[in-house]
Amino acid sequence: MNVSSPSRRRFLKQGSGVLMGTLVLGSPLALLAPSRSWALPLAALDDHQGRTLLQLCRVLYPHAKLDDAAYALVVKQLDADAARDAGLSDTLRQGVAGLDKASGGAWLELDAGRRLARVEAIEGTPFFEAVRSTTVTVLYNNDIAFAYFGYGGAKGDGGYLYRGFNDLHWLPDPPLPDASGPMPPA
Amino acid sequence: MGMYDNRKTFASDDDHVVVVIGSGAGGGTLANELAQKGIDVVVLEAGDLHTPADFHTDEWAAFHQLSWTDQRTTSGSWRIAKDFPHLPAWICKTVGGTSVHWAGAALRIQPHEFRARSHYGAIVGTQLLDWPLDPDEMTPYYERAESKMGVTRTHGWPGLPGNNNFKVMYAGATKLGYKACSTGHMAINSIARDGRTHCMQRGFCFQGCRFSAKWSTLYTEIPKGLASGHMELRSGVQVARIEHDARGRASAVVYIDKQGRRHRQKARAVAVAGNSIETPRLLLLSASPTFDAGLANSSGQVGRNYMRHTTGSVFGVFEQPVHMFRGTTMAGIVRDEDRHDPSRGFAGGYEMETISLGPAFMGAFFDPGAWGAKFAGALDHYAHMAGMWLVGEDMPQAGNRITLNHDVKDAHGLPVANVHYDDHPNDAAMREHAFRQGEALYKAAGAVRTYRTPPYPSTHNMGTCRMSAKPADGVCNRHGQSHDIPNLFIADGSQFTTSAAENPTLTIVTLAIRQADYIAAQMKARAI
Repeated sequence: MNVSSPSRRRFLKQGSGVLMGTLVLGSPLALLAPSRSWALPLAALDDHQGRTLLQLCRVLYPHAKLDDAAYALVVKQLDADAARDAGLSDTLRQGVAGLDKASGGAWLELDAGRRLARVEAIEGTPFFEAVRSTTVTVLYNNDIAFAYFGYGGAKGDGGYLYRGFNDLHWLPDPPLPDASGPMPPA
Repeated sequence: MGMYDNRKTFASDDDHVVVVIGSGAGGGTLANELAQKGIDVVVLEAGDLHTPADFHTDEWAAFHQLSWTDQRTTSGSWRIAKDFPHLPAWICKTVGGTSVHWAGAALRIQPHEFRARSHYGAIVGTQLLDWPLDPDEMTPYYERAESKMGVTRTHGWPGLPGNNNFKVMYAGATKLGYKACSTGHMAINSIARDGRTHCMQRGFCFQGCRFSAKWSTLYTEIPKGLASGHMELRSGVQVARIEHDARGRASAVVYIDKQGRRHRQKARAVAVAGNSIETPRLLLLSASPTFDAGLANSSGQVGRNYMRHTTGSVFGVFEQPVHMFRGTTMAGIVRDEDRHDPSRGFAGGYEMETISLGPAFMGAFFDPGAWGAKFAGALDHYAHMAGMWLVGEDMPQAGNRITLNHDVKDAHGLPVANVHYDDHPNDAAMREHAFRQGEALYKAAGAVRTYRTPPYPSTHNMGTCRMSAKPADGVCNRHGQSHDIPNLFIADGSQFTTSAAENPTLTIVTLAIRQADYIAAQMKARAI
């Protein structure tokens, strides 16, 4: 990468936004996190671009009760990628500007139905695909998402043999030994 | 000395060694079997060494650690060409090959499936053929493979205890009237044996088994072969071509190391086990003035009849939690549909096997490319989902084939493989039937909703160098020995004449054991 390229200089100057949020009370994360407030410094994107991308992620993969902090991880990834890739940076900036322009103002200010319609109108564009593919990769692969979906993640590394691999009790247990097998000898 | 250190090394001009290309289920097993007979073997593996301590629970990190992600291209009407145009197959580039990633289902091909052409009759648009071997002669070799791999419910070993995902499958299967539902035959230790512990129900079978309870050549065949003093493992080397001498016999293998340096290892015999995409690619890359269509390709069959099983998944959502991710990925199987019964509207059969993906891979594979409220709403029920994979016999077709894509080159400047696949009407009819039965099974177990998930990048790759009685019909004979070049062998799933319904690994291992006996006998008789 040529660090002196015009677009690199431009986004270094124009970036450095900060994305901020507050964990929802009662969220399992609020119990774990040292503070309910979080702030994500941005390297390539400004505040408006960061906020717009976060909401775009929410439109693409809308999990109403999934904390903004999970979506912020996607913005963090997009921002880090954009800081390394001037082409992607341009794509994201122009994409956000395009959404705003098509909205006759800030896309963020539209109601939910109109926001969705504007996103549907750009489906398949490089901007849309860049955000969608990053979202689907990052949003579902972090501890915030794992807690939300009820997935064990790395907690399963030691195995579930003595920790609930067969704790489903709303159906009958399959018979031994023809269907299921015995617990291994300790 | 560590378990992966070479006790013995061989000079590059040592032409008495057998060179085995690939260290997975086929290559790793063949190499160890030869080494145990005192035959000197050099194993060339494109991937690096990753041991169980290195494995990841993060699905994407594990994918990038273990998978073959070098570019390939795709064409044809299969949905993979649209969803994953550069990732036709989900197979591995690591010491141990795809035996590191496989789920462990170890099922024998049924006798009638070995006789597909005579049992099913002619099917328009297919190259159906009987395997050139008697199913009965496979039986003792299957027993040896099951013994080696510790397959449950053989040799007195118990079945694995069923997890939550299996409980749902079993409840639905019995309500539907299915009779053959169990935790199956798995090459996963149900009790400690062979110096490895029993399954800890971790649920990361696809990411590599931390406890080495699942059989993989990585921690069985390869260290055993190395310990014999008759095997040398060279990892991180990409084979570029197989050379032959003036008599048309394979004579050396040229490979490229990490630094880009080329090496030439002489050989008495060469066995190729690079999986059904890389094996034909290498034979085609090895074209010479004598063999201008590629090695072992006088029939024009190299690369043809690529098979990947007819697959799909069904996920059911239930009112109560399931937590399908806890425990073995392939925790149970229904075998009632693996018969040949043309009244269902297709030839051949299929298996129904539990599957589970973490949220990361559900995001990627549940409905590739999809977005919006419907997609997100389905994933919201992750903890209440049960999952099954449908896997059945697909038809061998001449046009489903691996070719060299001369427009796209790999890191070494070699043309990449293009994978072309069109579903045959038989494949489509079988998939539809399997989807319907899978949905019915989960509804019988009380599912509120069910979802159909399209095929993942191919994990089962077969054909492309198939065995045939007549040299004109295939690439190798009943022992995997190429029809054209007697000291050139195919040692992986590329040999398969037809795909059958069963997960292929047990048969790949069985054929490798059998091939080792044959190669040893041929060498003793000085035929090669």
